[in-house]
Amino acid sequence: MKQYLDTPDNDWYKQRLGIFVVCITVLVLLLVFRLFYLQIYKGQEYRDRSENNRIHLQQIESTRGLIYDSQGVLLVENRPQYNISIIKRSAKPLKKTLKKLSNYTGIPVVELNKKVSKIKRSQSYKHFTLNKDIERDVLAKLEVRKFDLPGVFVNVKSHRNYLKSRRASHIIGYLSAISLKELKSKKYKWAKGGDSIGKFGVEKIYEKYLRGKSGERLVEVDVTGKVVRVLNTIKAKPGNNLFLTINHNVQKKAEELLIGKVGSIVAMDPSNGEIIAIASSPTFDQNDFIGGMSHSKWNKMISNKNRPMENKAVQGNYPPASIYKIVTAIAALEEGVVDEDTIVNCPGYHKYGNRVFRCWKPGGHGNVNIKDALKESCDVFFYQVGQKLGVDRIAWYSRACGFGERTGIDLDHESKGLIPTIIWKKKRAGKSWHGGDTLSVSIGQSYNLVTPVQAVGMISSIANGGIRYKPIIVKKIETASAKVVMENEKIILGKLPVTPKTMKIIRKGLWRVVNQRLGTAWIIRDKQVSISGKTGTAQVVGRKKMTPEEIKALPYRLKPHAWFVAYAPSRDPKIAVAVIVEHGEHGGSAAGPLARKLIREYLKIPDPPPPPPLIEEIVIKPEVKLEPEKPKVKIKANLQEEKKIESDSGLKDETEKKETSNSDSELIEQKKDSVEDEIKPEAFLEP
Amino acid sequence: MFDKRIYENIDWGLIGLTLLLCFTGLIVLYSAVHAGSSTSHQVFFKKQLIWLACGLCCMIIVSLISYKNLEKWGIWIYIFCICLLIAVYFFGKKAGGSQRWLELGPVTVQPSEIVKVAVIIILARYFSKKVTRQGFVLKTLMTPFILVMIPFLLIAKQPDLGTSMLILLISVFMTLFVKIARRTFIYMTVSGAAFIPFVWMFLLQDYQKQRILTFLSPDSDTRGAGYHIFQSKIAIGSGMITGKGYLEGTQNALSFLPEQHTDFILTVLAEEWGFIGSSFLLVVYLAFMVWGLNIAAGCRDSFGTILAVGIVSMLFCQVFINVGMIMGLMPVVGVPLPLVSYGGSSVLTSMIGIGILMSISIRRQFSND
Repeated sequence: MKQYLDTPDNDWYKQRLGIFVVCITVLVLLLVFRLFYLQIYKGQEYRDRSENNRIHLQQIESTRGLIYDSQGVLLVENRPQYNISIIKRSAKPLKKTLKKLSNYTGIPVVELNKKVSKIKRSQSYKHFTLNKDIERDVLAKLEVRKFDLPGVFVNVKSHRNYLKSRRASHIIGYLSAISLKELKSKKYKWAKGGDSIGKFGVEKIYEKYLRGKSGERLVEVDVTGKVVRVLNTIKAKPGNNLFLTINHNVQKKAEELLIGKVGSIVAMDPSNGEIIAIASSPTFDQNDFIGGMSHSKWNKMISNKNRPMENKAVQGNYPPASIYKIVTAIAALEEGVVDEDTIVNCPGYHKYGNRVFRCWKPGGHGNVNIKDALKESCDVFFYQVGQKLGVDRIAWYSRACGFGERTGIDLDHESKGLIPTIIWKKKRAGKSWHGGDTLSVSIGQSYNLVTPVQAVGMISSIANGGIRYKPIIVKKIETASAKVVMENEKIILGKLPVTPKTMKIIRKGLWRVVNQRLGTAWIIRDKQVSISGKTGTAQVVGRKKMTPEEIKALPYRLKPHAWFVAYAPSRDPKIAVAVIVEHGEHGGSAAGPLARKLIREYLKIPDPPPPPPLIEEIVIKPEVKLEPEKPKVKIKANLQEEKKIESDSGLKDETEKKETSNSDSELIEQKKDSVEDEIKPEAFLEP
Repeated sequence: MFDKRIYENIDWGLIGLTLLLCFTGLIVLYSAVHAGSSTSHQVFFKKQLIWLACGLCCMIIVSLISYKNLEKWGIWIYIFCICLLIAVYFFGKKAGGSQRWLELGPVTVQPSEIVKVAVIIILARYFSKKVTRQGFVLKTLMTPFILVMIPFLLIAKQPDLGTSMLILLISVFMTLFVKIARRTFIYMTVSGAAFIPFVWMFLLQDYQKQRILTFLSPDSDTRGAGYHIFQSKIAIGSGMITGKGYLEGTQNALSFLPEQHTDFILTVLAEEWGFIGSSFLLVVYLAFMVWGLNIAAGCRDSFGTILAVGIVSMLFCQVFINVGMIMGLMPVVGVPLPLVSYGGSSVLTSMIGIGILMSISIRRQFSND
């Protein structure tokens, strides 16, 4: 080892550190000299530049995509909004300018002064909006006198316009200014303060498609902020247009049918899962959200007991009640608990241990098979079947029918619903399962909860022979130049675990509900279109069965919810519908007619001409004949229909009254009737 | 660890200079985020306060640990940091075309920042053992070369040219400090120059080349790539001697500049406080670095001295690159101004570095440990 490698001592380090200090000082001095050069030697030049000749990067807003219905009807567009803004430092002399501005616009000078005095010194170089959305004639005045108003500008901003006010509000959603919280989140990285974003519905979910891409413009502005010339432009890219699966006419009808009621209607195309209409009542006006909503209005809306902001079709959790008997029936047939011909006697009650479970019909239904049990919604039949099945088997079939999980529809806050099992009760309530719970579950009461969109999915899969499609609300997305960006094909979620034989029995049962005497929806039978369906009357309070009079006497909030799920035409279904009317009492009478009217609207069956005004005293108003669509007349027509219904159900009531005395003879009579009624349609139900 | 001598030897000068920098930074940041266009930027001020508080805590903790431990742990710190960089390579979060961040629960960290300190420690450890009066030759420089190239390439790959060049530059400073033998120095300079075309053709991305071209002829293009520097120069120049006044900067208020709260923060200071304000900040930085080198001179062992020089080099390089960049003396690279620019990882790294300096300063009086 050579010895020339000396270990350095402290002095050597100090010497090198000295060199280091000198180097660093020289380099920092270099920076200071550069500062001197820029700030002192060339300072005045740059100062002038910064004040006079400003090159500014401006953002060009993109136009948001439009929204159409499935028929190409424009639902949402953009319209220009003109805002007046001021650059305080450029508006000289300020007082005179404001006075002139007040003359042209009619805004009091005091108000303008108040607004302008709020502008901070540091903000006085920037556009400050004085007045939003000015009228066209004011705009014209300002444009003409542009040079008389230094520092005052008119800015154009694209503005969302919901053409059909209140239509499909829950699906389309609305735009609103981005909140501070949203600005910070990663989802809205591209946004800046003051941007509007979709807050609800497809406006929110398809934000990235609708938004487009903003452009940039490099401009040279003079001392007053006016653009002297444009140096460079990157064009904005318009957003993509959305085509919904919603049919505007049917949607309109669905919403009209729900006016004055609380509830929801969902209609689906059973062949692909496309949602035809999805209404939730009460609703709200999307245009109220544009440009901010007043506090009082918002508070009023969110404190409304009927929850207008809630999309009941996907957020509403309701006890399914008797529509759940479809699930129980499927489970019973598939598990071999009953077959087509099993007869159960319904005496009007079912004893379980020391408890008595009553059928909705006080005197009972007598001997019923499964089809008639569906038709007449016999509770006792399903109590017995449910008891044999056990809750977990029912739950399995229920899940297979799409209950208890989200359908995955492209809407916010979809609820899962609830399918109780033994384990679930133990976990949630800490209580063990009672056999009596199973009986309640089998007729859809107890802890069961479903959403209308789940219900329509279930009935739609019965309608199409057993395929569960994912509900779709956006058909396709196109660029502004009509190039397809995305197209939603049908998505199969699963298949019902149902053999063709079972399916046939269920469908026959559902057909009888509407088309046979004593069917719970007999009142909505339609000569022009055969409807199959199932009613449901969901108890809101207590398990006790009540007589119709007692129910009528209940306060509104305690009345049962009315359900109706249906499809039509029975043979080759084109539409599946689920209707829920909160506190509507009977499924057949409150929800059924709505489903029927919607089906007729979709299948384009014209309403029958109004009956001659024979009964209606002498109210021969000329409008009546000229405009048969007027709601006034409709109410009358409804009245008539109801009268007719009453006369029909009068027969039922009579039967109920007489049941003890001569129920047998009645039954035979009815059987005859039903056989006659049945022959033709049942034949075409046969594969 | 809780030695009484620690309290007796606290380096108040270093603490004072650090706090002065933090304070100046906060004043400028307030203007940058409040006069700017978007209200969403105002949260940065509060966040920076939190970061600075965290940073000061880090500094105190690090200063309590004897720097001699760093010599022992150096290799492990280095390996840990390299692992973090590899993790970034595989699992890193992408943003703005580069993959630099790791998401650890609620916080996002940028490992390349802390790697700078790890490289300084490992180099100081190596150099302190091999240092001679005659200087390093090619053979003895091989190990540090590899030690630097691993993180350099990993960071350049992200791509984060600013930080990787910074690491290279810090290493060069440290190597020059411990002396390179004259012949070796000549060889390296020549071969380095020959290497430049290769770097240009194969290593640099298009946008990086564009920045360098813009730097070489800045006034040719005031709209495209030169826009930032052009506006930055207007902002600085228009400040003149005394500036336009606090919160009065027009370039700042009209948000001509992007990143006026991070890399371009000095433009806000220069515009609003003029030559007086901006040169004051540079003088504070210079004083800080001289103070740091004085600490290095007072240290009695090679490791401590070289470590202190490394930390000072780190802070100096950042200041020089950042200030040079905004004044058009250097191409645009994303390097923050230590303790002044907004940014959590940058603040923490600077504070850890200062903590190490403090640790060296406290213990220079100790006879033996």
